[in-house]
Amino acid sequence: MVDVRYNIAFKLYPYAQVKDQTADKPKRHKVVVIGGGPIGLATALDLGLKGIPVLLLDDHDGISMGSKAICFSKRALEIVDRLGCCDAMVDKGVVWNLGKVFHKDSKVYDFNLLAEKHHYRPAFINLQQPYFEKYIFEGIERAIENGAPIEIRGRNRLTSLVQHDDYVTLDVDTPDGQYQVEADWLIACDGASSPTRKMMGLGFEGRIFEDNFLIADVKMTADFPTERWFWFEPSFKGSGHSALLHKQPDNLWRIDFQLGWDIDREKELKPENIRARVDAMLGDKVDYELEWTSIYTFQCRRMEKFLHGRVIFAGDSAHQVSPFGARGANSGIQDVDNLAWKLQLVIEGKAPKSLLNSYSEERVAAANENISNSTRATDFITPKSDISKTFRNSVLKLAKQYEFARPLVNSGRLSLPAIYDGSSLNSADTTNLPDRTRAGAPITDAPLADGWLLHQLTNGFYLMCIDAKAPNNLKINGIDINTLTLSSKDHPILAERYLGDAKSAIYLIRPDQHVAARWYEYNADEITKALKIASNNNGKAL
Amino acid sequence: MTQIITTPNIDKPDDFYEQLLAIHEGLTKQQSDNVNASLILILANHIGDQKILSEALEMAKTTK
Repeated sequence: MVDVRYNIAFKLYPYAQVKDQTADKPKRHKVVVIGGGPIGLATALDLGLKGIPVLLLDDHDGISMGSKAICFSKRALEIVDRLGCCDAMVDKGVVWNLGKVFHKDSKVYDFNLLAEKHHYRPAFINLQQPYFEKYIFEGIERAIENGAPIEIRGRNRLTSLVQHDDYVTLDVDTPDGQYQVEADWLIACDGASSPTRKMMGLGFEGRIFEDNFLIADVKMTADFPTERWFWFEPSFKGSGHSALLHKQPDNLWRIDFQLGWDIDREKELKPENIRARVDAMLGDKVDYELEWTSIYTFQCRRMEKFLHGRVIFAGDSAHQVSPFGARGANSGIQDVDNLAWKLQLVIEGKAPKSLLNSYSEERVAAANENISNSTRATDFITPKSDISKTFRNSVLKLAKQYEFARPLVNSGRLSLPAIYDGSSLNSADTTNLPDRTRAGAPITDAPLADGWLLHQLTNGFYLMCIDAKAPNNLKINGIDINTLTLSSKDHPILAERYLGDAKSAIYLIRPDQHVAARWYEYNADEITKALKIASNNNGKAL
Repeated sequence: MTQIITTPNIDKPDDFYEQLLAIHEGLTKQQSDNVNASLILILANHIGDQKILSEALEMAKTTK
């Protein structure tokens, strides 16, 4: 039996019996991904595009209903751009820059994200999660047409697993009963309540916040501006301690009410009670339909490490944050970005298994940063003591009149990409090149004479040479390094971001578009050393 | 390296102290707490330097 746990928004991969189910002995797969959410789908696509055979098992046959994640940040968009799925998202999504913060019934201030110019992708788009997933799935369909070895099996549920030294045996349930498969590598993308994690008895420690949030996604054609409105202690009746109004595509609006800890869930979820709150917020004259409602509590927690033998955790299964700051799905996509190339090198025998430890190392550090940011926002929005509430309200009062207090107002910080400072894959930096493009940082996009920098860095390792020369087609330890040569004269923004005051620079860039090392000039020995560090491969036989 | 000043630095200590008490006159406990919180935030912004702020917080903590 494969239970149906939720309703499907888009049925994409109906159950069909496959040969593995009647095979004499379990079929061995290179990579099995558990879970068809945004992270599982992106993992399958990234690996498949790299030519790594991947089987995705999902216990449903399509994408779940409900908007869920709605804010996608620039770095996540750049990653799905590398996977060829971004245009549809940006076309469909709502781009926003303006926000207003209210305290009780008066405006504290308004802000403009004022995203830095000269980037191809916007700072943020709002897009309901089912669309995000659907566009990645469509990317998978295109990839399969072009020969990518990706297979998705709907209504296939993992029920137990056994880890061996170099593979995992999986028991899978289907409408036709149980069967077994084996996987060299298992990637668990099965969400915050990860059944895989539970089957393995692994911990998920952190902080639980004693608060309930009611989400109401309402459909209306009312003429509210495309802005993020956030209320602390709103004056409209029944709205709780804070409220949020934010636009999504299809005339859908996300409304959030903070209800407190001791509530009667069933009562609060009754449509008439939700409508009473929404009416008070929007005014009686506004016509709307309730599209999706939910009550959630939240936690900020993570696994101690994301790699356990042959099982790798990515996305919410590995770490969970509060929704303030859009760091859930966005950080999960960065997990995928970080993991896929490393697993490819390991599977192709070009790097030792120990390279995967750096996935855990780098993404645990990123999770800590996300948890810290999300905890800080939560502590501001839901003060835990009298004195923290006093400080919070003083900040809001001062912010109304004085600009200085506005940076202290925290209704969720922008989700910024992780910088892997101190990563074991970084080489020592002896340059004075700009800080923002140091080793560990993701590449900052820049306009080129005929396109964009990030679009040039989509296929493996790169040596980016600005006003410097390096040989083409370098190959070190079996790993190809592409050379991208650019001039500062033709590219002033690139020069500003990557040269600063220097006359020339060479950057070694990882397949996930993070800087591994940089120099002023070409030096074959230094580059060989840096590539070995970045791939955790000292050149000895693996 | 700047360090927090722990020697007398207020021009007219008695005047300052008198004014500090005066702004709290007639206030409820909550109103006084609000005023104190705002005062801390205003002064912290004026100082700005995270290292000095951190030292000030640690100093204050010892008087609990």
